[in-house]
Amino acid sequence: MATRLKVATTSLAGCFGCHMSFLDIDERILQLAEIADFDRSPLTDIKHCSESVDIGLIEGGLCNAENVHTLREFRKSCRILVAVGACAINGGLPAMRNHIKLEDCLNEAYLDGYNTLNPQIPNDVELPLLLNKVHPIHEVVKVDYFLPGCPPSADTFWKFLTDLASGNEPSLPYDLIHYD
Amino acid sequence: MFNLDGQVIPFQEGDTIMDAAMRAGVYIPHLCHDPEFTPHGSCKLCTVKVNGRNCSACTFPAAANQTVFNNSEELNEIRLTLTQMLFVEGNHFCPSCEKSGNCQLQGVGYELGMLDTHFPLFYPQRQMDASHPDILLDRDRCILCSLCVRASRDVDGKNVFAISGRGIHSELVVNAESGLLEDTDLSADDRAAHICPVGAIIVKRHGFEAPIGERLFDHQTVGEWSLDQFDTGEQAWQRD
Amino acid sequence: MGTDTMHVEIIRNTLARHRAEPTRLLQILRDVQDHFHQIPSFAMPVIAEETGVPIAQVRGVTEFYSFLSTAKQGRFHLLVSDSISDHLLGSRDIAAYLSQKLGVAIGQTRPDERVSVDYTSCTGLCDQGPAGLVNGHWIPHLTHARIDRIADLIERDIALSEWPEELFLVDDNIHKHGLLLNSELPLGAALRKGLQQGADATLAAIEKSGLRGRGGAGFPTAGKWRFCRQEAGEHIVVCNADEGEPGTFKDRVLLNQYAHGVFEGMTICAATIGANKGFLYLRGEYRHLRPQLEAILNTRREQQLLGADIVGQAGFDFDIEIHLGAGAYICGEESALIESLEGKRGVPRNRPPYPVTSGYLGKPTVVNNVETFLAAALITLHGGEWFAVHGTGKSCGTKILSICGDCANPGIYEYPFGVTIREILQDCGAENTQGIQVGGPSGTFIGANEFNRTLAFEDLATGGSFIVFDQTRNVLEIARNFTHFFAHESCGFCTPCRVGTSLLRNLLDKICDGHGTAGDMLELSRLATQIKHASHCGLGQTASNPVLSTLERFPEIYQAHLKTTTFEPGFNLDKALETSRRLTGRDDAQAHLETEGM
Repeated sequence: MATRLKVATTSLAGCFGCHMSFLDIDERILQLAEIADFDRSPLTDIKHCSESVDIGLIEGGLCNAENVHTLREFRKSCRILVAVGACAINGGLPAMRNHIKLEDCLNEAYLDGYNTLNPQIPNDVELPLLLNKVHPIHEVVKVDYFLPGCPPSADTFWKFLTDLASGNEPSLPYDLIHYD
Repeated sequence: MFNLDGQVIPFQEGDTIMDAAMRAGVYIPHLCHDPEFTPHGSCKLCTVKVNGRNCSACTFPAAANQTVFNNSEELNEIRLTLTQMLFVEGNHFCPSCEKSGNCQLQGVGYELGMLDTHFPLFYPQRQMDASHPDILLDRDRCILCSLCVRASRDVDGKNVFAISGRGIHSELVVNAESGLLEDTDLSADDRAAHICPVGAIIVKRHGFEAPIGERLFDHQTVGEWSLDQFDTGEQAWQRD
Repeated sequence: MGTDTMHVEIIRNTLARHRAEPTRLLQILRDVQDHFHQIPSFAMPVIAEETGVPIAQVRGVTEFYSFLSTAKQGRFHLLVSDSISDHLLGSRDIAAYLSQKLGVAIGQTRPDERVSVDYTSCTGLCDQGPAGLVNGHWIPHLTHARIDRIADLIERDIALSEWPEELFLVDDNIHKHGLLLNSELPLGAALRKGLQQGADATLAAIEKSGLRGRGGAGFPTAGKWRFCRQEAGEHIVVCNADEGEPGTFKDRVLLNQYAHGVFEGMTICAATIGANKGFLYLRGEYRHLRPQLEAILNTRREQQLLGADIVGQAGFDFDIEIHLGAGAYICGEESALIESLEGKRGVPRNRPPYPVTSGYLGKPTVVNNVETFLAAALITLHGGEWFAVHGTGKSCGTKILSICGDCANPGIYEYPFGVTIREILQDCGAENTQGIQVGGPSGTFIGANEFNRTLAFEDLATGGSFIVFDQTRNVLEIARNFTHFFAHESCGFCTPCRVGTSLLRNLLDKICDGHGTAGDMLELSRLATQIKHASHCGLGQTASNPVLSTLERFPEIYQAHLKTTTFEPGFNLDKALETSRRLTGRDDAQAHLETEGM
């Protein structure tokens, strides 16, 4: 039996929609389980990557400092890093805040908002600080593959992973390339 | 006759390489070109190699004995780069765009197998104009192809649109002192209201009419679609 | 209300002066800008109404040219040249001093609207920088002392016309006279000879001379004239005096000292191709020359060298109009120049058709460089042989160079083609030379092992720009200045140039600022090559040259700037948290990010 693949997944500034779509591979997950183990992932609730992960799937872009730490942990641990979905690839919907100054965003939410009691911008050290703008992940680490879509379909995940697992260069047919 | 990727292509007097290729059923990727309008040559997606020199197929005249390369690795790499440039230049959030699935920029991206935008994004600040009762102008999605400029000038006789600014600060402006679409004479019946290849100019209240899976480029490539369009367009023209 | 009516009246008068002709839109806008120090929003509908140009296009033209502004500029509008030759002479410090002295940030207008300061592209005073413009007039040799005087004049609100003349004094700095610069041209002598011998003989002489266009591209002049002459209909002659290539200033000197010869060359061209109308497209930065050029045109009209029945030849009518540019390098490209002459945005046209068949307003048009027309006049007088015996076989005659940068004697030098770079360097007093930018940013950067190369179309071609850099200069900073220049001057018509030049600028900035990796360098080269191969016109096709030619010759300088990490973020991560830190008042460890890549 070939060595089992180790797969990690996470969502940064995303909606977990890509994870939901991934789960839409349905019963094929059993086939996947035969060849792969899940490492750090919301599916396993493992909090950190083990030393050598084969494939890291990242959903979501970078909107705060914690996203950057998580992304860097993935890049360090994963042999192959994959940007999954619109947000990881171009910032996606969270990046629509890039038109508005961060200061205006925070003021609107925490200071000037309607019915705000005790207005204050949260400053607990537990809370990750927001970046000025939302960025796609390829601006901060090297990304090996991209799976476009909002979300990429289950078939897209399946085609990509089975290509990789069988040692082929992943390639998506026309019907599996979507930006929405 | 000239040679296009090894295929012999006949041409008529006055043909551009694009005209002749399309008539012969060969697709050359393009965004700013529409056979109905004066060629513009600005998107550069239709860059082909003519006798060793890169030219825009939509503006370069066809001539006898030309050797033209279109579907080559080198040219498709340039086209992919140009498409990525158009994506990072504006704010193209496909999932929230009514044109998604029917958008030619997307279509070209799919056709070229574009998986990412590659470059750092500019995230420019652009003015949205929803003032017109029937038409929305979302400059975030504009690719400066000037098809609306040409359609309004040449078909509608109105000159509603123009390009302003310079370089990366170029932008689409409208013909009103206020700068707002509601103060122009643009009407939803105008050719200019329907010509936009992306979602920058859209007629209101018609979004998401076709469900996912049944939209223009879900199964048909932009290449197949544009050759179909060309055939229908030419037949209509011949009936006149 | 009263003021508004008065203002509209001023605009109407301006329009009347230009007969509200759409082709004069840029000239109209220039006048409006001069009067109001901006293009006020109320002006656009009036201009649109009277010229019949849609208001969107009036706006489109306004926002295309750097010297037109919808925002209010100061009554004293100061521009400091951002060209590399001015950089070498400390223009950045000078601009900072100016800004501090006048209490206005660069790019801003002071709240009292008296003064504004900004950077501009090359002003054509590269031999006497750091230089600038005040309300469009040259001010060379900017020093702290001269800035103190200028600031004082501004603070005392002394009208520009009352400023001491010496502030505006510009030297011609001709250090080496050759065939053209030495030749006497008695008023009208070449034109009379041309008319006497007839168009065919004139064309034959120019053909024999081997004269090729002096703007840099080098198209044979006789061929261009002949093609144009064959076309039916009204013909047009245009002199391209939009020398915007940084480091070039020879046309400034030619128009200052040799304008009669240039106009005579244009008139000979008109006689040869059968044109009645000519234009001198004068770059906006050279407006200071305009009054004297108008005076020369008047003299020529009085002498029957322009106007109706020129030199008594019945039916030969020709006159020259001066059009002023407004700060757009791209208008040096002949088809963009023609668009600009028509009052439009300076966007290069698709070719074919070429201007010789369809140029100004669709009419067959010859566009030649200032130096080309001067040479054509002298060749007509002296014959083709007189010119052809100089130079190399493929590049006949002489070339006038504008030399600036690190040399003892910057200025104008005329050489027969075929001269070696080494000889030029000796003549201009250049020592410890690291490299030379031949032909300006769009040309080639050559290093010390190439100084045996020659100046000629078949080796190193140049429109006249020759910028010398000594060993103390940073090659990367030079490439960076040029790359910024192209991104600023891209017209925005085609995708690769519009987007690509900005991407290239940002990537080069990343490398120059020490955040680049080996991967970024590969990307730089790939992007530069694609912009070169995909762009619509010469600007885009050459915009990558500074990067490509320095990458090729000095890879080690780039490599020395690179990090050893495999990937570096495209932006400063820690800085991107600054706003958040300020708003939350946090400065703990979690409030910072490592900026280095991995």
